[in-house]
Amino acid sequence: MSIRGVRIEIEDLTHRYTARSPLTFERVNVEADPGESLVIIGRSGCGKSTLLHILAGLLSPTSGSVKLDDKVVEGTSSRWVMMFQAPHLFPWMKVRQNVGIGLQFANWPEKKIRERVDYALGLVHLEDYADNNVQDLSGGQQQRVALARSLVMEPEMLLLDEPFSALDAFTRASLQRDVRSIAKELGFNLVMVTHDIDEAVLMADRALVMAGSPGKIMHDIRVDLPDPRDREDQAVQAMRAQLMKTFHDAAHIQSNGLSTEVTETAAVVGNT
Amino acid sequence: MNQSAVNVEVNNYRVSDSLKYFGKGATNFVGGLAILFALWWIGIYFMSADPARQHFADFGPIPAIKAIGYAWEDGLVQSAVMSSGARLGLGLLLAISIGVPLGILMGSSKKFRELSNAPFQLLRMISPLSWEPIAVIVFVTWDQAIVFLLVIASLWPIAFATAAGLSKVDPAWFKVARNLGAKPRHILTQIIIPAIAFDVLTGIRLALGVAWIVLVPAEFLGVDSGLGYTIQDARETLQYDYLMAMVLIIGAIGYLLDSTCVFLIKRYSWTRGEV
Repeated sequence: MSIRGVRIEIEDLTHRYTARSPLTFERVNVEADPGESLVIIGRSGCGKSTLLHILAGLLSPTSGSVKLDDKVVEGTSSRWVMMFQAPHLFPWMKVRQNVGIGLQFANWPEKKIRERVDYALGLVHLEDYADNNVQDLSGGQQQRVALARSLVMEPEMLLLDEPFSALDAFTRASLQRDVRSIAKELGFNLVMVTHDIDEAVLMADRALVMAGSPGKIMHDIRVDLPDPRDREDQAVQAMRAQLMKTFHDAAHIQSNGLSTEVTETAAVVGNT
Repeated sequence: MNQSAVNVEVNNYRVSDSLKYFGKGATNFVGGLAILFALWWIGIYFMSADPARQHFADFGPIPAIKAIGYAWEDGLVQSAVMSSGARLGLGLLLAISIGVPLGILMGSSKKFRELSNAPFQLLRMISPLSWEPIAVIVFVTWDQAIVFLLVIASLWPIAFATAAGLSKVDPAWFKVARNLGAKPRHILTQIIIPAIAFDVLTGIRLALGVAWIVLVPAEFLGVDSGLGYTIQDARETLQYDYLMAMVLIIGAIGYLLDSTCVFLIKRYSWTRGEV
């Protein structure tokens, strides 16, 4: 597979769901280079997931634009694929069929689909489960199938909406490591939304801290750490502390007038 | 142990497990039927013991089974089953053609569901056979009237089951499919239809049961073929063994049709659990 990332340009993006509803977020501006991994962190309700849905072409923004390699995103495409919080696999299909469904939609020949699916299952270490029904798999394995289903499309950008939040600590750690290494190996962009600061440190090239109502990008922090990243590593710990402080500061601004101090528990810290 | 070895072991276990279940099922099947036939035989034996009711003996299981052989040789069974089967098949096909789209409309449009709920519930509660006098007036032939009754009988279970199936479909599946490049036809054929297959087939199973029950009394009037007509004819010519033979055949075919539906539900259903 030869996958390349895209240049992402988000310009003055503003969104509200209906004409009478409040703004979800406003004037979001982000640029990212091909292959870069962005992790968006922020409290619930600041518009992180909505931003991701607009990037995926599943929602249209109220104003502003998203450009990928200078082309405006106007709808869904197999070039940018989203992974959701739950795997949302099709339970009437086997693992292989679930993984290959996107290629089937694109009318690929059976033989080519099989080859690509085998490759994608290899990437997520599920080769031996190709002919199992997805209902027979564990939560972590199901999320790996969802990852393979996204990877098989050879996306230029993979969007992840808190995809590991429902998993146990061990599975989460292993998927965090695998997704980042696959993204780096194949060269596609990652854009991920999470509440988990540890996850942001382990997976991001840049962490975007979103806060406020309507949401805004308050900080854009470069996470310049070598791979593979170990959460026990001192540099990782230091980055975590820096990100936590930034998150607190952003949360403090957000709650200005309501509370004078943001407590440690206000920020959701991963327990992995 | 690698995954392939585990799969082989699991498959071996499944084969022996299946054989065990099959053996148990076959024992229950034969045993249950044997009890039914024994009770039938005992009942008729005591009824016909009184000389005044000796003619009741023809209602017994042995004359009925013998009569099935004679009726088969005469071609009576085949012609009755063919006529009834054609009416049932046409009626069910029309009911599915109307009921599934109607159910999809009910399941997908809140406005249509709310508007149609009262009239559909009212129509559903009308006994299908009570339409018979109207059907006889409206339709040119008895055959058409019977097919209409079968459609009316089987339409509602199919439509309501389809609507219920659609309401259980996870909306995220549509989002995922769109995200992977699905076009509307893909959403219909690869997401909606497989997702609701279990409920639609369950609705068809219910519809088949109702239609089969309605078919026989509907054939009592007007037509000169079919299982209902054959029973009526046997009663009028006092051939009680033939009458009971037809009753047995109706039960056996109904059981066979229901078992076919259960097989299809198991084959095409993705939900885990007993059918």
